[in-house]
Amino acid sequence: MPDKKCDVSTLKAMALQFRREILETLETAGSGHPGGSLSAVEIFVALYGAVMQHRPEDPSWDGRDRLVISKGHISPVTYVTLANFGYFPKEELKTFRKFASRLQGHVTMKTPGVEFNTGSLGHGLSYANGVAMAAKLKGKDFKSYCLMGDGEIQEGSVWEAAMTAAHFKLDNVCAIVDYNKVQENGLVSEIKGLEPLADKWKSFGWHVIDIDGNDLEKVIRAFNDFKVMKGKPTVVIAQTLKGKGVPFMELKSAWHGKAPNKEQLADALKVLY
Amino acid sequence: MIMKPTPTRDGFGEELAAIGKVNPQVIVVSADLEDATRAEYFKKACPERFFSVGIAEQDMVGMAAGLASEGFTVVTNSFAVFLTNRAYDQIRMDICYNNLNVKLAATHAGVTVGEDGASAQCLEDFAIMRVLPNMKVVCPVDYIEARKATAAMLAEKGPFYVRFSRAPLPVLTDELTPFTVGKAHVIRPGKDAAVIACGAMVSEAVAAADILALEGLSIRVVNMHTIKPLDRDMVAACATETGALVTAEEHQCAGGLGGAVAEVLGQTVPVPLEIVGVKDSFGQTGTPEQLLQYYKLKAVDIAAAVRKVLARKRG
Repeated sequence: MPDKKCDVSTLKAMALQFRREILETLETAGSGHPGGSLSAVEIFVALYGAVMQHRPEDPSWDGRDRLVISKGHISPVTYVTLANFGYFPKEELKTFRKFASRLQGHVTMKTPGVEFNTGSLGHGLSYANGVAMAAKLKGKDFKSYCLMGDGEIQEGSVWEAAMTAAHFKLDNVCAIVDYNKVQENGLVSEIKGLEPLADKWKSFGWHVIDIDGNDLEKVIRAFNDFKVMKGKPTVVIAQTLKGKGVPFMELKSAWHGKAPNKEQLADALKVLY
Repeated sequence: MIMKPTPTRDGFGEELAAIGKVNPQVIVVSADLEDATRAEYFKKACPERFFSVGIAEQDMVGMAAGLASEGFTVVTNSFAVFLTNRAYDQIRMDICYNNLNVKLAATHAGVTVGEDGASAQCLEDFAIMRVLPNMKVVCPVDYIEARKATAAMLAEKGPFYVRFSRAPLPVLTDELTPFTVGKAHVIRPGKDAAVIACGAMVSEAVAAADILALEGLSIRVVNMHTIKPLDRDMVAACATETGALVTAEEHQCAGGLGGAVAEVLGQTVPVPLEIVGVKDSFGQTGTPEQLLQYYKLKAVDIAAAVRKVLARKRG
C-alpha cells in the first residue's frame, strides 16, 4: 500500500471477502477459474495490502513494484483484488468475461493495474527478469514479482528463466509458486511431480522460502525476507490448497476451470471460511 | 563506389553497434549466436548493455519483453529457425500481444545457409511472422539496405522481424536509394511483366530481366524489402501497368511474399501470378549455388516463370 499498511486482522477479513467476491464474479460470468484463484487469495492480499509499493490512483507510477500474473487464468482473484484496492469500480466486476469488457478472460493490460498480458503458461519469469534487469540498469529499487502456478512450472521455459535470474544475481526478483497441488486433469504429483521442489530451486541458485501460503502472516514475513535478501533471486514456495475456503471445491481438479452456478454459489457461500 | 558482395548480417551488426554507441536506450539480448549474427559488434561496443541468456531463445524473447516494458529498445538475435520457431509463443504473446518495442534480428534463413543443411535453413519465417498482429517483417536486399533497415527498426516503435543473410549478396543500392519500411522500390523499370522479389532473389530477378531482354521483353523488377506491411499500392500498380506478376523469395511458396502478393492481387487487380520459391520441401546440405539451382531459385527459373505468366496473360 502506498499510504498505510493494513493490519493483519483487517487483511484476514479482506481475504474472506475476496473469496466471496471471486465466487460471485465467477457465477455472474458463467465461466472462469475458481480453484487457482481461491488458493492464491492470501498472496494477493499480502502483496497489495502489506508488501508492494503501489498507487491505485496512478497505476503506472514509476516507483511501483511490478507483479506479473504468469498464470493468467487467475483473473478472478486479480480483478477482485484490483477493484477492492480502487484500481477500477467494483461494479465493473459484473462485466468479467463479457464482450468489450476491460476484464478479459485472462489478464490483460486493459485492466488498470495489470502489468503484462498473459495466458500462455511459463512466460512470466523471463519477463520479470527483464523488468528486474531494467531496474538495475536504471538504478531503481522497485521489485519484480512473478506469480506462477505449480502445474505451470512443468513448462521448460520457467527453468530457462530460473537459470538466468541466478546467473545475473537478480536479487530484486521474487518468484512465487502457488503450490496448490492440483492442475487441470488431476494431482500435480500424479501427472508430473515437482518434488523435491525446494531442492530444485536451491540447486538453481535461488533463495528458497517454503511456507504455508494460506497463512497470511507467514506470507507477509516471506516477502519481507525477500526484500532484504542480497545477491540471489528469491522464490516463495507457497504451500496452498486449490479451491481454498470452499470445502467442496478443495483439491478438486474439476474446479480448476469451471464457474459455480447459482445453487453452487449459494452452497459455497454457506460454508465459505 | 562499387562494393563487393557482402552478407547483410554485416550491415546489421555494424549499424547496431554504431547506433548503440550513441543511444543508451538500446539493449541487446542474445542466445549464444551473437558471433554468427554479428550482434557481437554491439557487445564489443556496449558490453554493459549486452546480455546473453545462453542457449535459451524463449527466455531471450521473454526477458527482452520485460526490458522493453521499462522503456528500452531491445534487440534479440539468433538464427531464423531458432528465433521464430523455438520462441514462437513468446513472440506471439510477450512481444506482439503486448505490442512491445522488441526487435527480432534473424540470420541464416533460406537455402543459401548451405552446408548446415535443412535444420538450419529457415523457409517459413515470413509466413509465421507476418500473420502476427503488430509485427512488421523486413528482408533487406543488400548490405547498404541492411544498415538502413537496422536504423529503421530501432527508430520505429513496436515489434520488428528482420531477416539478414549469411551469404554475401550483390550490392544493388547506394546511400541515396530511398528506404522506407512498407514502401517498395523499383530496381528496374519494365512494362511486359513485373517480378516482385526480396532479399537474395532480387539480384536473381535482375539477371532474369537481362535474360528476357534478349528476347525483347521489358521486365520490371521490384525490391519488396518489406513483406509486412506490404506495399499494396505498388502491387496493384504493377498489376495494372504490366498485367502479369512473378514473385521470388528464398522461402516456401506458401504463406510468404508470394502469398502476401496473391492476397492483394485477389482483392484488387486480379492478374496472372507465378510464385517462385521452395515447393513444400525442406532444404539439404550443399553449396548455396547448388541449392539455389536444385530448388529452382535461379535467374533462369525466374525467367521461365515470367514466360509462363506471360503465356497466361495472353490467354
